[in-house]
Amino acid sequence: MQHKVIDTNDVVIRFAGDSGDGMQLTGSLFADMSAIYGNGLSTFPDYPAEIRAPHGTVSGVSGFQVHIGSDKVNTPGDYCDMLVAMNPAALKANAKWCKPTAMVLVDEDAFDEAGMTKAGFKTENPFEELHIEDRTLIIAPITTLTIESLKESGLDQKAILKCKNMFTLGMACFIYSRPLEYIYQYLEKKFSKKHPEVIAPNKKVLNDGFNYAANIQAIPNTYTVEPSPKQKGTYRNITGNQATAWGLLAASEKSGLPLFCGSYPITPATGILEELAIHKNLGAKTVQAEDEIAGVCTAIGAAFAGNLAVTTTSGPGLSLKSEALGLAVMTELPLVVVDVQRAGPSTGIPTKTEQTDLNQALYGRNGECPMAIVAAHSPAHCFDAAFQAAKIALEHMTPVMLLSEGFLGNGSEPWLIPSMADYPAINPPFATEIPEDGKFKPFQRDPETLVRKWAVPGQKGFEHRVGGLEKNHNGVLSSDPANHELMCAEREEKIQRIANFIPELEVNGAKSGKLLVVGWGGTYGHILSAVDEVRKEGVEVSFAHFDFVKPLPKNTTEVFSAFDKILVCELNSGQFAAYLRNIYPDMNFLQCNKVQGQPFLVQEIVESIKKSL
Amino acid sequence: MANLTFKDFKSDQEVRWCPGCGDHAVLAALQRALPKVSEALDYDKERYVVISGIGCSSRLPYYMDTYGFHSIHGRATAISTGVKVANPDLTVWQACGDGDALAIGGNHFIHAIRRNIDINIILFNNQIYGLTKGQYSPTSKLGAITKTSPYGTVEQPFNPGSLVLGAKGTFFARSLDVEIALNQEIMLQAALHDGTSVMEMLTNCVIFNDGAHKGLSDPAVRADRTIVLRHGEKMIFGKERNKGLILEGMGLKVVTIGENGVTEDDILVHDAHSENMNVHMMLAEMKGPEFPVALGVIRDVKAMTYDDGVRDQVKDVTAKSRIHCVDDLLRSGSTWTVE
Repeated sequence: MQHKVIDTNDVVIRFAGDSGDGMQLTGSLFADMSAIYGNGLSTFPDYPAEIRAPHGTVSGVSGFQVHIGSDKVNTPGDYCDMLVAMNPAALKANAKWCKPTAMVLVDEDAFDEAGMTKAGFKTENPFEELHIEDRTLIIAPITTLTIESLKESGLDQKAILKCKNMFTLGMACFIYSRPLEYIYQYLEKKFSKKHPEVIAPNKKVLNDGFNYAANIQAIPNTYTVEPSPKQKGTYRNITGNQATAWGLLAASEKSGLPLFCGSYPITPATGILEELAIHKNLGAKTVQAEDEIAGVCTAIGAAFAGNLAVTTTSGPGLSLKSEALGLAVMTELPLVVVDVQRAGPSTGIPTKTEQTDLNQALYGRNGECPMAIVAAHSPAHCFDAAFQAAKIALEHMTPVMLLSEGFLGNGSEPWLIPSMADYPAINPPFATEIPEDGKFKPFQRDPETLVRKWAVPGQKGFEHRVGGLEKNHNGVLSSDPANHELMCAEREEKIQRIANFIPELEVNGAKSGKLLVVGWGGTYGHILSAVDEVRKEGVEVSFAHFDFVKPLPKNTTEVFSAFDKILVCELNSGQFAAYLRNIYPDMNFLQCNKVQGQPFLVQEIVESIKKSL
Repeated sequence: MANLTFKDFKSDQEVRWCPGCGDHAVLAALQRALPKVSEALDYDKERYVVISGIGCSSRLPYYMDTYGFHSIHGRATAISTGVKVANPDLTVWQACGDGDALAIGGNHFIHAIRRNIDINIILFNNQIYGLTKGQYSPTSKLGAITKTSPYGTVEQPFNPGSLVLGAKGTFFARSLDVEIALNQEIMLQAALHDGTSVMEMLTNCVIFNDGAHKGLSDPAVRADRTIVLRHGEKMIFGKERNKGLILEGMGLKVVTIGENGVTEDDILVHDAHSENMNVHMMLAEMKGPEFPVALGVIRDVKAMTYDDGVRDQVKDVTAKSRIHCVDDLLRSGSTWTVE
């Protein structure tokens, strides 16, 4: 059979296997290689919380979805064009994500009686049982072929079996016309120091996989996804957590203040702490604290001492930090709190994505306790969002919550590398003049911004005390009723006036009309794709996405007023919608919600838009 | 260097502790000790940061004319850690009570000690919750009758000394609130020590636990029931200066010089700098009626500090790295260029 090479501009591949099968690595390599090839790209790791969940079971299946395109792609894709399933459980867990035209590649050797039983199949034909027997099935004895390929490699049986994913990756590279050079380079870089003996076997098995796919008759078509011409410049692939860490380092450089990160490991935020720990070369100090509370408190101490202070966490950790965040609000110290949201409440589903911490970010502290909230909308945008959050914190003397999501933190996309020359300077309001009476008054405010001055220990003549107790403008303890009310109002107003310093809300599409679709955070790509899709059907709809949740951009009222209805799409049961209704009680807000620990499917938003019209 | 006096460290705020509270004496000792610290280490006043948690004693930063941070319950140690790592040139003093440091803040307390971060912790131990008006604390004696233990507590107290040494602490001292001269001496030693210095001050709460330490602090009995330890000096105590400590079998023993053939030569010499902490632990755990309670600097040993470790690592990695700015970072690793 002569296979056909089909040129396409859009392909979604889902790699799935046991959580020890190396599917995250396989997917990441495929993605990085495609990025360097010049494709548009979006990835979505979908893995269990257990490091090694029970072998062969559906709960232990780890998946990694890669969406590659000729142009920029907005989402990791709803359904896949190819599913790679390394065992019966992986097939069972992921069959529902196959497009009707999908190709399904399985390791035949794993589909023995034991494997089928563990995955809970009741019949002998898993494809019929899952109703995917009409897909293009590629049933290859991957385990046997890997063992055969490496029998003279000198590796032991266990090490050989670990190379199955490379054989599979080789097959995928043939099917999607990917050059192998990038993976060769990766293998050399990764193993040259510690395990040079595994480089040659991995290359061999990768190659054998590629050749096997080329030789068998089972693959009807192969595909090319040619990159379309892009904006000139240097690109890289970047995950959201990495971009967050780098954005904070950029803010450190632009403010001239050392970066201090006090954090406690928590999924899915740990990657930020890990990334910052690497970058001591840029002066970053990381303290892996004894608990979440110590994480934020060491950061507050560092802020008091004059560093750019950061703490990173996810929902449950944010709950633990609440009291200390109140202290940061009260003492009006600059602090960036990164919350990489995951499915809650409580421990919830740690590895799954959600936007359910918005209420906690807005209201989750005792007393009247406002802080600014910035939300990242894509993996690469985490860089700018983190930079903005730090800039606001330092220039407005306030804690700032940066909301990321597991979907963004672990997801990746190509990024046109910016130049730091294009980023603004960050100028904290340092105290420079001692008042005539010789006493620095820490809570006297700038009349325009209501921001207080920052005097840092070590600075002669500015000795002063801050703390959690209410004070007056002079920094003297006060339980005076009128003073307390004034200070509460000023702390809120200070946050609201940040609106004068952030970009206005942009409208994608007509500036007025029947329906404005609204989102915040990581739903950006899905909403954008959904809006594009309904427009193709001739439906007129506009879209506005909020990178700033508190304060809202100052033209928000103007934008909203020009539409009959506003559809708020978010991965919770309506937290942003409730926040907007509270501010705009007379406007007509509709909702599109999902609380499944999964991103939206573009189709879900498309249907919601159609229903809303 | 300006010659600083205790007045330089007194703020203009009215001190609001109860009359007779032991905290007054500790504050006075601190305000008198810091000028001596400045003289010894050439520290300007603006280098001092005084940090506290919540509780009666945690009001202390307001009474010091230094940079100060009155934080939240139990978290002073974590805030201090952040301040010191952020700027190791600062000299950090922390005031916290027995509830603040050992109950709600117990985790931060032991981890600061484990890391040996260079901060000076004054632990005000009055064995009671004062600010919330009289509930038992983690140092209240077994059976203590308080508002939340009307029939007596049924839990063993912490001995802060054992806890500090158990966490491999490098500096532990103990004293009584009324020992103002000794307390200045201890505070100066703590300042000279690189690492976490814990100074347990046995303070009297006149309202909710009056006389808790009277059995030690009463001038009539103090010399016989306490022993002041100084590095390099014999462990001698008593009104007549005729009692001493010797090692016998696995433990310490109180002996009388001139009785049973015991001479001054037999008495142990205090070695606060000994790496071996077994004797320090025995000294920290001594209690009446068999033993005197140990005051003074019980342990003071050198070890790497956390803040130095962080600073040195940053210097070291920065010197070796090829990445010197964010532009370098963004272009490091795998990139590709579209012409």
